Amino acid sequence: MKSFHKSPWLIHYDASSCNGCDIEVLACTMPRFDVERFGIINTGNPMHADIFCVTGGVNDQNKDVVKQIYDQIPEPKVVLAIGTCACTGGIFKECYNILGGVDQVIPVDVYVPGCAARPESIIDGVVKALSLYQEKHEKMVKEGRGLPEDPALDED
Amino acid sequence: MASMVACLICVPLIFAGIIACISNDKVRGYVVYVGGVVIMGLVVATVYKYAVASSMFSKLEPITFELPYNEVFNMATIAGDVILMIVIVYLSFKWRKYWISIFSIVQTGIVLWVEFMGPEVEEKASIRFDNLTMIMILIIGFVGCLIGIYAVGYLRGYHVHHKEYKDRRRFFLSMVFVFYAAMFGLVTTQNVMWLECFWEVTSVCSFLLIGYTRTDEAITNSFRALWMNLVGGLGFAVVILIGAYKFSTFDLFDIISLNVANFKGGQGDYIQLALLQSVCLAMLAFAAISKTAQFPFSKWLLGAMVAPTPSSALLHSATMVKAGVYLLIRISPYLYGTYTGKMVYMVGGFTFFAASFLAISQSDGKKVLAYSTISNLGLMVMCCGVGTESSRWAAIFLMIFHAISKSMCFQAVGAIENTTGSRDIEDMQGLMKRLPKLGLILLIGMSGMYLAPFGMLISKWAALKTVVDSSNALLVIFICFGSASTMFYWTKWMSKILGPQEQSQKDVTEKGEYISMFCHAAMALASVLGMIIISDKIVNKYVISTIVSDSVEGATAMSNSNLRMMLFMVLAVFVVPFITYLMSKGVDSKKVTGYMNGINVGDNKHFVDAFGEEKELHVSNWYLENMFGEKKLFTPSVIIGLVFICAMLCTVIGNLIGGGVI
Amino acid sequence: MIRSMIIIIGFIVLAPFIGGLLEGIDRKISARMQRRVGPPITQPFMDVAKLFNKEFLSVNKQQLFLLLAHLFFVVFAGSMFFIGSDLLMVFFSLSTAAMFMVMAASSTHTPYTGVGTMRELMQMMCCEPMELLTAVGFYLASGMAKTGIEKSFLVSDLIHSNVSAIMYLPGFFIGFVFILTIKFRKSPFDLSTSHHAHQEVVKGITAEFSGGAYAITEIAEWYEEVMLLAVVGLFIVNSNPISYLVAALVVIFVYFLEILIDNTSARVKWDLMFKITWGVIIVFGGINLFLLENVSSFMKFFQ
Repeated sequence: MKSFHKSPWLIHYDASSCNGCDIEVLACTMPRFDVERFGIINTGNPMHADIFCVTGGVNDQNKDVVKQIYDQIPEPKVVLAIGTCACTGGIFKECYNILGGVDQVIPVDVYVPGCAARPESIIDGVVKALSLYQEKHEKMVKEGRGLPEDPALDED
Repeated sequence: MASMVACLICVPLIFAGIIACISNDKVRGYVVYVGGVVIMGLVVATVYKYAVASSMFSKLEPITFELPYNEVFNMATIAGDVILMIVIVYLSFKWRKYWISIFSIVQTGIVLWVEFMGPEVEEKASIRFDNLTMIMILIIGFVGCLIGIYAVGYLRGYHVHHKEYKDRRRFFLSMVFVFYAAMFGLVTTQNVMWLECFWEVTSVCSFLLIGYTRTDEAITNSFRALWMNLVGGLGFAVVILIGAYKFSTFDLFDIISLNVANFKGGQGDYIQLALLQSVCLAMLAFAAISKTAQFPFSKWLLGAMVAPTPSSALLHSATMVKAGVYLLIRISPYLYGTYTGKMVYMVGGFTFFAASFLAISQSDGKKVLAYSTISNLGLMVMCCGVGTESSRWAAIFLMIFHAISKSMCFQAVGAIENTTGSRDIEDMQGLMKRLPKLGLILLIGMSGMYLAPFGMLISKWAALKTVVDSSNALLVIFICFGSASTMFYWTKWMSKILGPQEQSQKDVTEKGEYISMFCHAAMALASVLGMIIISDKIVNKYVISTIVSDSVEGATAMSNSNLRMMLFMVLAVFVVPFITYLMSKGVDSKKVTGYMNGINVGDNKHFVDAFGEEKELHVSNWYLENMFGEKKLFTPSVIIGLVFICAMLCTVIGNLIGGGVI
Repeated sequence: MIRSMIIIIGFIVLAPFIGGLLEGIDRKISARMQRRVGPPITQPFMDVAKLFNKEFLSVNKQQLFLLLAHLFFVVFAGSMFFIGSDLLMVFFSLSTAAMFMVMAASSTHTPYTGVGTMRELMQMMCCEPMELLTAVGFYLASGMAKTGIEKSFLVSDLIHSNVSAIMYLPGFFIGFVFILTIKFRKSPFDLSTSHHAHQEVVKGITAEFSGGAYAITEIAEWYEEVMLLAVVGLFIVNSNPISYLVAALVVIFVYFLEILIDNTSARVKWDLMFKITWGVIIVFGGINLFLLENVSSFMKFFQ
């Protein structure tokens, strides 16, 4: 499906970032970098999103939040770890409360390094994510829609 | 025909007597069921007889006749008046509301004086039967009796929940039957004396029903209902006086249509005649406005909410307030273009507008229904005040649909209260899943009240059209803005009952209650689907028959092509969600929790707070207390209503005294 | 009969394209106003195509059939408008459609949709009087234009009048264009949900619609947009064919105006929206109505 390439919607979550990467993510949507020219929109809502951008390392308090938001994004979805902290835990890695990178909690598809990650590399990461997205979608279509359902939630 | 009508008045009274004597709960229940069915049967038989007599409702002239033993009935009404006076005086002294007895004494005094000391009047047939009478009888018979049937089961549940109140079910149910008798009498008679008596019976019955629980609040509210209705009833006393002393007739239609043979005024004094007629019209309108709980009299209907639900359903839908609307429809042709008519439609339009705002701020289900009743009655009163043919068409349809839908809503809310112990809208979250049957009934009732293709909305549309045609900008604004707030308060209630809710609840609603409610649902549907026929065969005929020379336009407010389109939409509203439901049934979906910033505990009802603890979450509707609250809007509304009423009365009376200066 | 079938099918097929294109143009112009390049004009179609290919997540499965019913009634309203039936009916079925949308949203019972739903209801309450008044205005104007003609709510009669309705309804026009801002979900009145990325209630009323469900709301919105713009056009259209051209220009201008307002104003609170909207309706619509009802004989005198 070609349209995926052209309409990736993001949700941005700040796990425990110092806000450096967050500023850069927002900068992408501003006139200078204008990601909307590629159809990229920052939705702020997992139900509408395709790409999950996480900044900062995951800590004890927000690991469930990250998981829950991840679950609320419909398949196919791609996770982007933005910035060194999100990739590995960065300089906070040894902190008592930090679990490490985002990949400790949810599967990450694209790592965008940098402290802070530059807008160009973020956009580059998103573009990388799109091809992965395409693959995932094809796989999803092949295997039948959706993933196995969470039995705890399966009641209607 | 005559014997049928006599039966309609007497049979409910007999049943009332029987019910009052039976102390066994079960037997009484069956007697009520039988009574309800018998009365419905009588109604059907009467309608059948009428259909034959009027060659399928196409006869334009009403059928008038005497009841068998007419003199007995005549004496009975006088005796009834006296008994009512004694009851009122006794009760108002018992509860130390002495001043209320004055209204009753004055009124009954006038009636007795006129009857025994007054001049001889022309004898006229006391019963008059036409299409409108038939519609009223059907409403009272079917909606009313079904409410009676519902009441049996409801009261059983009610006394399980409310042990603190004395069980006076016998009294309650027999009063309900007295109510039917009074209503049947009220809509069939054309004799003002009789009308006055039946009118008083409904006032006193509603007073007794409202005071059922005998709590302080119930007593205050019931006396409020009583005095407001008695004040309105005084209007009748004036009409009787004028009728006896000036027009020499007790015939309502002769009085309002100036068809007076032996006028006792000055020779050829037509100005005085017309002025007296306008006084009569204003007095009748005044009585009707107090009965229909328009501003400034709205408070009594709101207070009536303290009573058990069947009595609210009865007062709001089939009886009581509809008596007021009935009377207004009767006098409506003569209100066209008069000052009284103007004030009536201003009161009605304003009440529609104001009450629909007040409904927004209420979270008590019954109170919302009460405000919605007041508001819809306002619409009917307004249509009557405008007084053109199409506006009467709208008023009649509004009345039909309102009776059915509102009765359904009340019964559903009552049953819900018995089951869940609360009638607050906020507690009705996910009702469709918890109590699917009751939820469905409530849903149909509410859609009937405001949704696009259903009766109320068609009639509202007709009302809008006639108002536009009668060149009244202010009324158009009232309707447009009132419709908006009506939409608001119904939709927010409706959206509440559709929401999710896992725990299911045990439904304690009895079979009798369900029978009543489902019959209502069937009637609601039938009345919408059969609207074209009802309009063509019955209502249009009636409306045409009431054309008075100086009102202008043609008969129908709504062309049949429009009605057909509406019919299509009605089907669409039922069929489309059903089809889409079937369509969406096969769609795979993965169930997820709702978005709460990732801190949803997992059941959409709790979230994790900053300390890692679970907190409950309640998504509430908006009630906008600061903007539309009762505290803010009620008193000004009463004052504005009062201004209209005073203007109406002062003008006609001033005119009479001044001899037609204004 | 055949003619109306063709029109209905034409509307069902073409309206989403026009609506989608309008939204694409809107996004492009908005981007240019913010000195950005902006997405291609076909972007909305790609968004919707993508949404349909996503997994369908639901908080409550009821929402899907309610949304389909919403779509149906919007299409129904639009079709009825274009085949020339009763204008009041059209607006009534539009509000029925809106009601289904509210049901769909509130069936999830989550905080963001909860707030969004209530705000949506508030927006409906703000718009409803003006919609009804517009229908009334057209009705009165139809009786005004030709003497001796019966007044009519039918769109098919309204377009054959010999004078543009706007000559009699300038106040109504202003009021209607004013509530279009709410109807199109444009700032400052995009309270319940917004086209812009960031919003304090996380897409409000649509927050819990994922994949296809969200796509349905988008498509319904395109239909509604086309229909409402056609009502704007109806103010201009008369029996003269040139008026259609003028109407198209006016529609384009109004749409541009909405985009401009969207990009130059900040969101207001609901109570301010309520007061402003009803104020505008009463002042412009009300005075116009009053004049129409009472000075009609006066105006006829000048014809």
